[in-house]
Amino acid sequence: MVSTNYDADTATAVIPTPVKIVVAGGFGAGKTTMVGSVSEISPLSTEELMTQASDGVDDVTGVERKMTTTVALDFGRITISPHTVLYLFGTPGQDRFWYMWDELAKGAIGTVVLVDTRRLDSSFATIDFFERRKIPFIVAVNCFDGADEYEEEEIRKALAIAPHVPVIFFDARQRESSKLALIKLVRFAMSKLPKPAGLVHSGDGRG
Amino acid sequence: MDEDQWYDEAAGPLVRPYAITRGRIPGSDLALDLATQVMAIPSAQASVQEPFGLTPEHLAILQLCKRPFSVAELGVYVKIPIAVVKVLCGDLIERGEVIVRSPSQPEHAPDYELLQAVLDGLHKL
Repeated sequence: MVSTNYDADTATAVIPTPVKIVVAGGFGAGKTTMVGSVSEISPLSTEELMTQASDGVDDVTGVERKMTTTVALDFGRITISPHTVLYLFGTPGQDRFWYMWDELAKGAIGTVVLVDTRRLDSSFATIDFFERRKIPFIVAVNCFDGADEYEEEEIRKALAIAPHVPVIFFDARQRESSKLALIKLVRFAMSKLPKPAGLVHSGDGRG
Repeated sequence: MDEDQWYDEAAGPLVRPYAITRGRIPGSDLALDLATQVMAIPSAQASVQEPFGLTPEHLAILQLCKRPFSVAELGVYVKIPIAVVKVLCGDLIERGEVIVRSPSQPEHAPDYELLQAVLDGLHKL
């Protein structure tokens, strides 16, 4: 019915292509802090309103009873170029909003999974979510002041992180640190794609 | 009919935001994402002088979208839920008032060149 294709043609010159990165992690892991440290705008918060079966994301049986609920959604924006704009979406922390994660992750470059070493167990389900959907993700351990010191191997073992998944230690409050986490994720996502034939050198040589 | 019972359970709970959309919820045929960019078509501004059938919220979106904004940003600035933004933008697309650009969808994940552009941009921050 509604055509968005004709729009794509006319819009090429004027409308930037949006890209998304999801910032996931348990409550208090530093999602909003990270979004805020790299975003060009103060993290915005919107109320998502959903009419949704209340019985969970995996239930596809025709649940007739609708439930309308609202959930705060934090996000930030980075203008990459006149042609590209990057949005960072923090996942709603509470488990009952997991049905929203699919929309956030759809078409996204990938996910930075924030880990708070004081609450390692709260990261299991998050990692599992992106692993099962084959969405590129990296694990970023947020090093708060006085946070317990862990070795990378300990974190990998504790969270059963696959060997190919990058693990970094960073500080969500620091712009540069958060930026490096995003760069790590984009590089990881690129490594999973076939390189265009025309490109001789990859992005690895830059920076 | 009993005045207190003019709606039934199938209607779901009555939520005021959907009054703006006259009860409509986002259609699945319209692939509007949270990050979808929405921009008003400059030539369409003229017709908005007579905004027949447009709500104040439609007009607020058109006003903002003189430059591109995402669906998520429109929700914040117009102070309406995302689901309502999607319905209203759908109306504006049908009327030819706005053009949109959505992120690549799973079957066409962001390609290598796009990721390279993002990477270059991040390095420059």
